Amino acid sequence: MKSFDLEKRKYTVALMAILIVIIYLIRLFSLQIMSDSYKKNADSNAFLKKILYPARGLVNDRKGRLLVYNEPAYNIMVIMNEQHGVDTLDFCKTIGITKQQYIDRMNEIKDPKKNYGYSRFTPQLFIGQIPSREFSVFQEKLFKFKGFYVEKRAIRHYATSVAAHVLGDVGEVSQINIDSDSYYRPGDFIGKLGIEKSYELDLRGVKGMKIMLRDVHGRIKGHYKNGLFDRVPEPGRTLTLGIDRDLQALGERLMLGKIGSIVAIDPQTGEILCMVSSPTFDPHLLVGTDRGKNYKNLYRNPYKPLLNRAIMGQYPPGSTFKTSQGLTFLQEGIINTHTLFPCYHGFHYGRVHVGCHGHRSPVNLFDAIETSCNSYFCWGFYHMIQARRKYGSYSNALTRWKDYMVSMGFGYRLGVDLPGEKRGMIPNADYYNKHYKGHWNALTIISDAIGQGEVSLTPLQITNLCATIANRGFYYIPHVVRHIEGKAIDTLYTRRHYTLVRRAFYNDIAIGMRDAVLGGTCRTANIPGIEVCGKTGTAQNRGQDHSVFMGFAPMYNPHIAVSVYVENGGFGADYGVPIGSLMIEQYLNGHLSPSSQKRADMFAHKAIGYGARKR
Amino acid sequence: MPTKQLAMAQENVSTKSLLRSIDWITVMIYLLLIAAGWTCVVGASYNYGDPSILDFTARSGKQLIWICCSFFLGFVLLLMDDRIYDTFANIFYLIMMALLLVTPFVAADVKGSYSWINLGPISLQPAEFAKCATALALAKYMGSYGFSIYKTRDFLHALAIVLIPIILIIMEHETGSALVYLSFFLVFYREGMSGSVLFVGLAAVVYFVIGLRYEPYQLDGTFTSVGKFTVLLLIWLFTDLLVFLYKEKKEARNIFIIGTLITLSAYFISRKFVVFDISWAQFGICIATIVYLIIQALRKRCSKFFLMALFTAGSLAMYYSTNYVLNDVLEPHQQTRIRVLLGLDDDANGAGYNVRQSEIAIGSGGFQGKGFLNGTQTKLKYVPEQDTDFIFCTVGEEHGFIGATVVLGLFLALILRLIKLAERQPFISGRVYGYSVLSIFLFHFFINIGMVLGLTPVIGIPLPFFSYGGSSLWGFTILLFIFLRIDAGREKFRR
Repeated sequence: MKSFDLEKRKYTVALMAILIVIIYLIRLFSLQIMSDSYKKNADSNAFLKKILYPARGLVNDRKGRLLVYNEPAYNIMVIMNEQHGVDTLDFCKTIGITKQQYIDRMNEIKDPKKNYGYSRFTPQLFIGQIPSREFSVFQEKLFKFKGFYVEKRAIRHYATSVAAHVLGDVGEVSQINIDSDSYYRPGDFIGKLGIEKSYELDLRGVKGMKIMLRDVHGRIKGHYKNGLFDRVPEPGRTLTLGIDRDLQALGERLMLGKIGSIVAIDPQTGEILCMVSSPTFDPHLLVGTDRGKNYKNLYRNPYKPLLNRAIMGQYPPGSTFKTSQGLTFLQEGIINTHTLFPCYHGFHYGRVHVGCHGHRSPVNLFDAIETSCNSYFCWGFYHMIQARRKYGSYSNALTRWKDYMVSMGFGYRLGVDLPGEKRGMIPNADYYNKHYKGHWNALTIISDAIGQGEVSLTPLQITNLCATIANRGFYYIPHVVRHIEGKAIDTLYTRRHYTLVRRAFYNDIAIGMRDAVLGGTCRTANIPGIEVCGKTGTAQNRGQDHSVFMGFAPMYNPHIAVSVYVENGGFGADYGVPIGSLMIEQYLNGHLSPSSQKRADMFAHKAIGYGARKR
Repeated sequence: MPTKQLAMAQENVSTKSLLRSIDWITVMIYLLLIAAGWTCVVGASYNYGDPSILDFTARSGKQLIWICCSFFLGFVLLLMDDRIYDTFANIFYLIMMALLLVTPFVAADVKGSYSWINLGPISLQPAEFAKCATALALAKYMGSYGFSIYKTRDFLHALAIVLIPIILIIMEHETGSALVYLSFFLVFYREGMSGSVLFVGLAAVVYFVIGLRYEPYQLDGTFTSVGKFTVLLLIWLFTDLLVFLYKEKKEARNIFIIGTLITLSAYFISRKFVVFDISWAQFGICIATIVYLIIQALRKRCSKFFLMALFTAGSLAMYYSTNYVLNDVLEPHQQTRIRVLLGLDDDANGAGYNVRQSEIAIGSGGFQGKGFLNGTQTKLKYVPEQDTDFIFCTVGEEHGFIGATVVLGLFLALILRLIKLAERQPFISGRVYGYSVLSIFLFHFFINIGMVLGLTPVIGIPLPFFSYGGSSLWGFTILLFIFLRIDAGREKFRR
């Protein structure tokens, strides 16, 4: 009986075994299936992900000539734990620093406040971006400097010194960049200005990765799965710009000693042929070890060379604006080509006087553009704003007027593919209602008609106006990048934008601009063999007038629309017209005639004294 | 001449019947475990850039040699006459004990233990073979005529057979291996030792480990430590279980309902109204249970209620006294040593580190595992002792939940099969030996896998058939095949 009872104990033993297995299965389930934190832990334990940097995309001009490329530079890295017994004197001599600099740098590296994430066991940056020629000396002696290593990085290099504002520069990513895009790691480079910034995603390429296995002591044991998951870096895409290197160089030469801007556009595509902002700077300054120092100097320069005036400068357009007014009045039926307005040395109405220079009177539209008559456009503007029967109120009339301006690309950003574009200013009814508390009429704001007053445009917008006239009524959003390797450019830049004005009226304006070149204000823009159309501008401001010119050529089937804006250059004909004509000649002929060459040299040496005023 | 022929014929018949009567199921499980074990050793000892897994200087190659040797060993053991195990049991035992006694004096220091004897190119660990000798000696003694476990003298004698190797092995500083001999208590239990003894012993270990391990954690919404709460809850539940097992259903039900109500309401009050230390409620339940049981004992004049009350009181006393000794009597460094010994301390470089890394390795395996030779944690030596004590990590990492389940299933199948075989033995000695074998396997399995999973204290004992090493593999093979031989011989007594 006892033995029978005892035999049942086998179930107890079996139950114990089963219970243990069940408990262990539950535990395994919770470890392996319920939680993936163990997996992550394991990966960070064992994988060392080594990033392979892609080469940044190249930049060519419109004819395929290289503008920006990469050159190797070398970072000297140090592992603190390994650097002992280095002959510091020899080391300093080799890389050209003083012993004090060496000591300071070492202390900086070791200071976790300045060097976040410092570790004695990982490579720390000692000196960055040493050019290859200086590096070769160092490399020969590298074996002597224990604990020092070399990391190869590519830095930007420029074939010429032109177009600094368009090309922009690259710099180390900021914490904000890292937070907003997980692609970046501290120490990576990112475009900071110009196309380097706006085409960052195309230029940067795709980083590659090598996954190495690391054992418990941190030693590398080889590739994970023989490199199955390794990725080769994809180099960035090559950009081809609309910029013509020679035209850009000429523009920069002509603008030496002057403040202002030249922008040229191919009206048939919207490609920007040149974008000069003066004063400019050498793009080489923002590369390499002295980047920070140079940037600071440029930033402090009172003439603000870092400012890209072509898209950031907001200027009164002056008389170039009259073309847009003529178009608006024609389309609105305020005038026709036969309408005559008087001009007795200007526009006089009550107490309002807008002066004009001496010319015949009365004038029709063609004469008015040819002679740049202020009075004509003031009368047109007056009749439009005061046409209460047509619009009901001044406000409505001005709103209608504003719609025309906006359709021509004024008052808002055009959307050029460069960062930092400004929108200019086209006042609307609300603006004046607020400003004059409702008490305003056409006379109050009459100077808007001639591109003064509250109106301001960027040089790019002026050029775009010119391109629109060249196209007789439409424009493409101006853009500097013509072609992206292996990818179409944004359709934003291939769509036509029509203004509210009919094509026929544009033809009238073009005829007027042709007249201006043949016998009007911009006679000096005449180039033998090329039908140039032009419009001068003399924009009043507190100091000396700004000299403005916009023109396109040839008159039919135009290939270039250009605007020149020279601050305090006086009359449009003083600087704007001759510079613009040289630009047109250079682009259309591919070179300058000997006489033009002489004129170009003359302008290159003509400087305007701006004084050391605080700007 | 005729007699010789007869003898040869008999020999022939016996070989045939031997082949028929061997339990091939167990052999199959054994072979599967060995195969799985070898792949794990290959995985665990594999080095990146190390092309050959059959290289005999590498651990995987060496293990293959041990495996072949143990196959040979098993084959030889099956060919031997089953009676010699009974006949020479005491001599084996004496030789092994003598060897254990000598070992510390001739052994080299291997990580603080003096259990390895160097024999030229190979070294052996006598403790692994002593298990087998002890099991045989115990089987012979308990199977002998007139033995009764209820006689104190006989029981003490049997106990001595087990205790002698324990003491000798502790002298070699191999505490882990010594603890394995505790598994013989399972054999005593099967042979009639009161279940209460086993129960009390298990309960004491559980209180100690759980109380210590979960002491630092606080139960949500109360001022009570999880360890204390759980232990007091277990004391009450174990008492109730005892009452239930002794067929006092009514009393068991009363204790259960009242205890549950008090526990839940105390927890509810602490969470919702006043936060307090609800272990006082647990303590109250235990005291009330003791009083209730004593009253029942006096009323029904039944001494077993007294014993149950004694169990409860003893449990409380044991828990509070160890707590007191650990926290108030021992110096901090002594406390740390005990905690580290039990694998309870999260000492970054000690046992805590091992368990943490092994959990990471197993956890990273996921459902399917990373595939053979693809485990990163074990390959890159993040897990210490990864091809010996922590070999199960490789299973978890490379073969995932599926692989681990299969291995657990194989061990369970082996143990259940051995129970069946042990129960069909015609002699007590065979049964005792069978239970010894399965208890040893169960203990190794329980402690080793539990330790890798972070559930049991870190006691360095190998996982049978998996851990790298010739001694343990041979030891387990001998243990198992002697039993298979004894089992195969059972038929002739039936006829």
